[in-house]
Amino acid sequence: MTNSWTDIKNADVVWIMGGNAAEAHPCGFKWVTEAKAERGAKLMVVDPRFTRSAAVSDHYSPIRSGTDIAFLSGVINYLLTNEKIQRDYVKNYTNISFLVKEGFGFEDGLFTGYNETTRSYDKASWQYEMGPDGFVVKDETLSHPRSVYQIMKKHFSVYTPEMVERISGAPKDKFLKVCEMAASCSTKDRTMTIMYALGWTQHSHGAQNIRCAAMIQLLLGNIGVPGGGINALRGHSNVQGITDIGTLTASLPGYLAMPVDGEPTLDSHLVKRQFKPIQANQTSYWQNYRKFYVSFLKSMYGEKATKENEFGYQWLPKLDVAYDVLRMFDLMHQGKTTGLLCQGFNPLMSVSHADKNRASLSKLKFLVSMDPIETDTARFWENHGEFNKADPAKIQTEVFMLPVTSFVEEEGSFTNSSRAVMWKWQAADPYAQSRKDIEILADLFIRIKKLYEKDGGKGIEPLMAVDWNYKDPHDPSADELAKELNGKALVDLTNAEGKVVRAAGQQLATFGEMRDDGSTNGVQWIYTGFYGPNGNLAQRRNNADPSGMSVYGLWGFSWPANRRILYNRASADPEGNPWSDAKKYVFWNGKTWGGADVPDFVPTNAPSNGSGPFIMNPEGVSRLFAAPMAEGPLPVHYEPFESPVANVLYPKIKGNPAARVFKGDMEVFGNAKDFPIVATTYRLVEHFHYWTKSVHANAVVQPEFFVELSEELAAEKGIKRGQMVRVWSNRGEVKGKAVVTKRLKPFKIDGKTVHQVGLPLNFGFIGETKKAAPINSLTPYVGDANAQTPEFKAFLVNIEPIAGPVA
Amino acid sequence: MFPPIPNPQAKPIEAKFGDKDLIKRSASNITPAAQRQTQVAKLIDVSKCIGCKACQVACLEWNNLTEEVGINTGVYENPHDLTPNSWTLMRYTEYENPESGNLEWLIRKDGCMHCEDPGCLKACPAPGAIVQYSNGIVDFVHENCIGCGYCIKGCPFNIPRVSKVDNKAYKCTLCSDRVAVGQGPACQKACPTQAIVFGTKDEMKQWADKRIKDLKSRGYNNAGLYDPPGVQGTHVMYVLHHADKPNLYSGLADNPRISPIVEFWKGFTKYAGLTAMVAVAGFGLLHHVVAGANRVTEHDEQEAKRLAEK
Repeated sequence: MTNSWTDIKNADVVWIMGGNAAEAHPCGFKWVTEAKAERGAKLMVVDPRFTRSAAVSDHYSPIRSGTDIAFLSGVINYLLTNEKIQRDYVKNYTNISFLVKEGFGFEDGLFTGYNETTRSYDKASWQYEMGPDGFVVKDETLSHPRSVYQIMKKHFSVYTPEMVERISGAPKDKFLKVCEMAASCSTKDRTMTIMYALGWTQHSHGAQNIRCAAMIQLLLGNIGVPGGGINALRGHSNVQGITDIGTLTASLPGYLAMPVDGEPTLDSHLVKRQFKPIQANQTSYWQNYRKFYVSFLKSMYGEKATKENEFGYQWLPKLDVAYDVLRMFDLMHQGKTTGLLCQGFNPLMSVSHADKNRASLSKLKFLVSMDPIETDTARFWENHGEFNKADPAKIQTEVFMLPVTSFVEEEGSFTNSSRAVMWKWQAADPYAQSRKDIEILADLFIRIKKLYEKDGGKGIEPLMAVDWNYKDPHDPSADELAKELNGKALVDLTNAEGKVVRAAGQQLATFGEMRDDGSTNGVQWIYTGFYGPNGNLAQRRNNADPSGMSVYGLWGFSWPANRRILYNRASADPEGNPWSDAKKYVFWNGKTWGGADVPDFVPTNAPSNGSGPFIMNPEGVSRLFAAPMAEGPLPVHYEPFESPVANVLYPKIKGNPAARVFKGDMEVFGNAKDFPIVATTYRLVEHFHYWTKSVHANAVVQPEFFVELSEELAAEKGIKRGQMVRVWSNRGEVKGKAVVTKRLKPFKIDGKTVHQVGLPLNFGFIGETKKAAPINSLTPYVGDANAQTPEFKAFLVNIEPIAGPVA
Repeated sequence: MFPPIPNPQAKPIEAKFGDKDLIKRSASNITPAAQRQTQVAKLIDVSKCIGCKACQVACLEWNNLTEEVGINTGVYENPHDLTPNSWTLMRYTEYENPESGNLEWLIRKDGCMHCEDPGCLKACPAPGAIVQYSNGIVDFVHENCIGCGYCIKGCPFNIPRVSKVDNKAYKCTLCSDRVAVGQGPACQKACPTQAIVFGTKDEMKQWADKRIKDLKSRGYNNAGLYDPPGVQGTHVMYVLHHADKPNLYSGLADNPRISPIVEFWKGFTKYAGLTAMVAVAGFGLLHHVVAGANRVTEHDEQEAKRLAEK
């Protein structure tokens, strides 16, 4: 989230799309009901199904799964053509006036620089035009044909309301109502918040869905302002924390990058990331990257990390490619993986193409499942008939189940969607002989290390170099680990006058104290301050709101620097005054920046210096035109890889041209002739992912897998309410009860009737609920071009009634 | 936000009401408590409800109830009806509003309404099996229940359910055990959106006014409070967007009142019956006075002896 859960209360319009907050985030959704009840805010929901969020909305528009970019681009087009933009904001805080190099172009759905063989782009032509001073060339009049504004106007002009309806099936009047409600927040005193979740990310063009939303919010001047923002609702209670800590293979903690093959030295890695400003007087905060990186290395390798050995940089692995979950399972499928340690993970259920994954797991030598419950994955080898077609006689994988404590049985921290780190205390004794994850991993580490020490082995240096300085090496405490994340001074830190500002051994108060000479450590720079010299701030539970702006600064610790709204300098105009009294937040008082929140800005940097609010970008402003994206600097409507119709705009293009598809997977995409029905998967409020199907009370309130379909499709196929149906894709099949509903309606797509069915994902063959085959038996094996998040939300199936109990 | 009820302290708290606070007791004559406690109420704001069923689970957990894992029958309701273990249930209605042309998904939490004039209590023949406290809560006292099921017939909302296991009737208690120590009901505590709030009946009515104003500003001109006069009001009330059509919400009674049969049975018939019983007893007494006791004569004894020897 750029903003926070509690800040939703400040919104005038709440737009939920690509998510279903009432159902997947019921507790956070209370802030939407608060905004409605207390401020009179309006809620609009755009979703293929009339969801439980839609049930309490003021406006609902349907949309065919996978066409969000067309819909959102239509909104952008509406805002641009109707001049519904916050002009002062856009001109000053975005790159709308920047000129793009000569040679940039877009034709037949492709940008310049495309390579069909590698399915990737050479982005050279997507760069800004740079002046001789090393700064970007701008046209403040916005009239230059190569200005971002003119490029955008041309690019989005095809997304007329009629075209949006042809592609997405959203009726023109419903679509226009969305545009009008969004446009009502282009004034300085009104803001809209956008809430999304996996309904946007789980597409082959997921990142561009979110880019569209960011562009809309920038055009409306709604980023960095109370009641605005792009708010990613995180699913698991600590999935924000798990992203922050860098469990993705290409990242290190705090969104630092893992070294790659072409970066043999620390300097060669750093030089690519310490971006120099491309406008005068900009902050470009990543110039401090080296301080954070060196502090991380000092935590990792302790005293062994010295200036002479590049602080141990050589002990870090150098990646050839990113090992996302799809690649990991593909390699396993190729027989290249020996063992898999599954920690709090049920991939047989949660990764696309379950049949392929079962085959992949069968090729392992060993599988370790660390989980508080028995997962379906841990029992992938068991025959559960049609629900898990495995032949145990043919599977040699040895499976170890290590019961771990659940979250209530250990202390530690959770980081929620608001980036708020909150401590939790142990509330119950561990069940039976279960152990903490940390204990198990520490034990493994020590045993493996001992084995290497005894028997020797190749490439053991990184393992031996790890600093493991805990009171009880077999059981590092949550408190010790939290302190380590924060970081401390390793020697007395002095300022320019030679005065000691932080004594050796003291915890750091902010990441601003980190140094690049090895005199500080700290695993996770963005968390620095949460366990500073004044103790563990994540334990704070003070719900005071001194500004009355729903800013609870003494509740936990929100990274970075306990900031509740990111880019909050943008809540003031270029002169430093609030855009309006209604949205007064962070402003310049003549000497410093202050207000309701911790300023996301150097507190003494006067407005007259002209530094932009987007301090992480070398531009100092935000990007409407974003060259780093894999499939283009501007969003384009691409159909999902499995689509009921050809791309209306660019008929020759199938799927996202820059998405990675593995060998063998392209061939098992289904076609619209055999599989004419669009399907999407989602969570139900009664369950928590694949976990609560093992909890009795949750099983009571939602006991069995079902398929949601429209009355029209039911009539066409002769399906009765409560009847068993079979749903199959080109990869697998599932069976479930039919929930025939008015909440799904057939779409008219380019003149053709297209049906959509909904498939809840919380069921499986282990647990208290009725047995079901994994819903991901059906889903395609392809991910987003940037993040590789699998395309779970839009694919093709067919459906038929089958014999079975009719309720 | 309605001010949340603070968590209780760890020390034991004395119950705020008990047997001395009864105003009604089934099949018994009692002297009602001299002074009524402040009347309480639960307000269910249907327009804020997201149908998450947290209330259902909270009810199971707090009351230590175990419901069976059922099946899906093509709808979102689970279980499919109230049961002796499920005292509350979310009911879902898909309604195509002919005026706006829009689909509405009306979700209502069903359960005991705690009527001011409780039909169940009126119908109950077992002394003390159903009681009403002076704060308005209607509670079942299971040790006195005979499992006859008359309470179901008496209820204008079809709420109580008789258990096949112990043959006793069950329904929502409005968490009388929690309310007695200053807490709100478990469902209210669990509700993530404050669709359920709890307080005094007056507070709830005021809060409802605010909600109704908001709904009217969004075009729901018939928004209103459901506090049906036919049962002299209820201690569980609804805010409805369509208060003119309660029946839309999974058959919520438009004008609930106690069944005339129960009224007749427990009203006129009861007294007529009592009169008849008294008349018969009176006749017996009169007969006794006039004709005297029926005595055994010497002749009778001899005749009996003769018959026995035969």
